[in-house]
Amino acid sequence: MDRIPILKMGPHLLVTIQVDMHDQLAMTLQEDLTTKIEKEKSRGVLLDISALEVVDSFIGRVIGNIALTSRILDAETVVVGMQPAVAITLVELGLSLQGVRTALNVERGMQILAQRVDAERGARKRPEVRGARND
Amino acid sequence: MHGTTERVPIRTPQDVVVVRQRARTLAAGQGLSLVDQTKVVTAASELARNTLEHGKGGEAVLETVENGTRRGVRLTFVDEGPGIPDVNAALRDGFTTGTGMGLGLPGARRLMNEFSIESTPGRGTRVMVARWK
Amino acid sequence: MTQRLYDILARHEADLLREWLREQMKALRSDLIREEELKQQSADFLRLLLEALRTGEEVEISGARWNEVRGFLEKVSASRAVQGFSPSQTATFVFSLKQPIFTRLRGEAKSADDLANDVWRVTLLLDSLGLFTTEVFQKSREAIIARQQEEMLELSTPVVTLWDGVLALPLIGTLDSQRTQSVMEALLQRIVETESDIAIIDITGVPTVDTLTAQHLLKTITAARLMGADCIISGIRPQIAQTIVHLGVSLGDVVTKSSLAGAFKVALARRGDQIVQSATAGGNGETGE
Repeated sequence: MDRIPILKMGPHLLVTIQVDMHDQLAMTLQEDLTTKIEKEKSRGVLLDISALEVVDSFIGRVIGNIALTSRILDAETVVVGMQPAVAITLVELGLSLQGVRTALNVERGMQILAQRVDAERGARKRPEVRGARND
Repeated sequence: MHGTTERVPIRTPQDVVVVRQRARTLAAGQGLSLVDQTKVVTAASELARNTLEHGKGGEAVLETVENGTRRGVRLTFVDEGPGIPDVNAALRDGFTTGTGMGLGLPGARRLMNEFSIESTPGRGTRVMVARWK
Repeated sequence: MTQRLYDILARHEADLLREWLREQMKALRSDLIREEELKQQSADFLRLLLEALRTGEEVEISGARWNEVRGFLEKVSASRAVQGFSPSQTATFVFSLKQPIFTRLRGEAKSADDLANDVWRVTLLLDSLGLFTTEVFQKSREAIIARQQEEMLELSTPVVTLWDGVLALPLIGTLDSQRTQSVMEALLQRIVETESDIAIIDITGVPTVDTLTAQHLLKTITAARLMGADCIISGIRPQIAQTIVHLGVSLGDVVTKSSLAGAFKVALARRGDQIVQSATAGGNGETGE
């Protein structure tokens, strides 16, 4: 069975959807991502849909689910590159994909994911100061 | 007026993809804008999926149509499945009998210029949509 | 009958062509089309007409035998439309062929009945062909007008790049549904092309906003967000604010500013940019991070 490849890029996973997906392929992607996030302890998922010319309510729901599931596994998802025609159609369809972070392209998407990781690292490095009060 | 007619069987999930591609070709050929093409293909995808999942398989009839100087595409989805008992409810956003979001029918209707549906429980369903340039 | 007609016309093809050209030149504007081109078109049409008559009986021009004739007339008619001919001048191409044909038929007629029949059949045929050219002409003109309308729409929807990654779309005048849609599509397209993640939609120049326009505005903002760009609405005057509330349209968490300048400041702040006036007189304003 064909699958959509998931690339590991450091703490993140990168998925580029190049084909017109049938429902099974989309659901398999969702499962594969969940498995891989868990396995790699990934902090982020970049979903590149710049090649997708159609996103209907089913695919839209899968994208939403991917974001939700990832968040539960403590990974942030950023969906990048949605084409204008697709965005307009999704809105007309009544889907706003609320709660899903989006970015214009892979570069911006990676920036967002990197910022989150950096912010967390920064927070970890800063020592917790338990105040020594001078009374 | 003279136009082309294409029939695509809808029996497997892959057939839904075929319907999308054929609809895209037809819409582009009729000169619809990119946005309008996308609306046609997305509506086709919704309805084809309905035919597969709820209708237990059926057929899509894709046609080019002309009305004077206007050109367009007409897509008809036919199945001999269980039918829809309450069409009005199905046309409301959020209605679902399956695992879907229930956006199939009302969503497709919003994307197209023309929409009509006939359904008889126990006999089947026929949905027709059209989009004009 | 068609066979006889074909025989007569085929025999006199050269004469027919000559007389037909003479008739056309009488009626046509010579500045719009070159004589050479007219000669070629006429010769080609006559040839195709004869071929269609030769191969069968029926004179129903929608049949397959007449495909080439119709196709040719479509080309001629469409090009006449572009060249600036009037519809009747274009139909003259076909109608002016009647007289030369009638002259030939009279010369060859064996009886008054035959002549009457032949003239009638030819009249029917050329009338339907002439009407056909008029229809095609009409379609071409409508297509030209439609295209011009689109071009005008494009020209009147300027999206400007204010800054790196910041677009502005100043909307002017009342927005009808059609125009709003194309404007919005243009904005989204520019967002992709310029990779801008902030778009300021300025409606200072819009006197009133109705429900449909407000909805389009919102849909555009939602679509932009799906693409990864944020929109700021600027120039909302009190009246429009009231209308929006009255219409029950919810702007959600869309940022709104009263002025384009205010929106611009917000946009810069989001990017982490600011414009600083340099201390030295005549120095350049710098942007700091």
